[in-house]
Amino acid sequence: MAEPASPRDTKARPRDAALGSGPGRVLLTVYIIFAVAAGARAGVQIALKFSEAPLAYLLSALAAAVYIAATVGLAIGGKKGRLIALTSCSIEMVGVLVVGTLSIGDKAAFPDQTVWSDFGSGYGYVPLVLPMIGLFWLWKNRA
Amino acid sequence: MPKSPNRIAVPPSGGPSFRPKTNTTAPISTLCRVNGPLSVATIVVALVLAVWYLIRAALNRPPSRFDLLAMGVLGVLVAVLVLVAVAGLFDGSRPSDTATFSGYLITTIAFAPTGFVLARMEPTRWGSLILGVACLTLPVLVLRLQQIASVVTGG
Repeated sequence: MAEPASPRDTKARPRDAALGSGPGRVLLTVYIIFAVAAGARAGVQIALKFSEAPLAYLLSALAAAVYIAATVGLAIGGKKGRLIALTSCSIEMVGVLVVGTLSIGDKAAFPDQTVWSDFGSGYGYVPLVLPMIGLFWLWKNRA
Repeated sequence: MPKSPNRIAVPPSGGPSFRPKTNTTAPISTLCRVNGPLSVATIVVALVLAVWYLIRAALNRPPSRFDLLAMGVLGVLVAVLVLVAVAGLFDGSRPSDTATFSGYLITTIAFAPTGFVLARMEPTRWGSLILGVACLTLPVLVLRLQQIASVVTGG
């Protein structure tokens, strides 16, 4: 939108702006949602019925840890935050692709859902799109 | 929204119960009280606000005082919904997946305030988008609550 530039116009985003501000804060919001969603799911699964599908539940826990790490990385920003966010977004991208493919190919190994099953279809495919947006954002804000 | 059809059909053996359960057959209408007019109102208000916030974001407007106030009102509505649901937990029927249900209740009640705080920190169009995303997610949470609540003990 080519609106008359307001003092808060986002086009004037300084190059040294914090990673977790502007569009980054929206990303941060979505990551918080997924950190909570995946974390709570993994917690319930592992605490109450771990023996039913250990592999799926461990993957749930891994996914949760990655989302939490990405959230923290985006929130603290700076060199360290970028590195954390970059690492976790990459793991996420690989994770959702590998688990998505495996869960479709080998149903028996994944009797229960994880956030990454079927490329995140249970979560509106957001888990598939989110790391792409995350990596794009990190690339756009490279120092 | 996460679907787990097999989980709904067969409540997990051993279940998330911390006490011996009696086979209460609860009428569907109670549903731990998350399927009443209150949740319909919450969902409708959230969706209407979501559209509004997304338009605001598209027009490059930061969240106005009104926008933040509206989010606060939605938060209150959600809080009432959750409190009623919590009261319902001590009132006869419980969803067979009480642990998950409680988890969702905690997430749901914390949701609007989190969106509010993040949007306050971001007085740009992106703040409006944060409110929009929050308002799009809330109906999903409420629907999930209804889904989980519809599987009652022994029902």
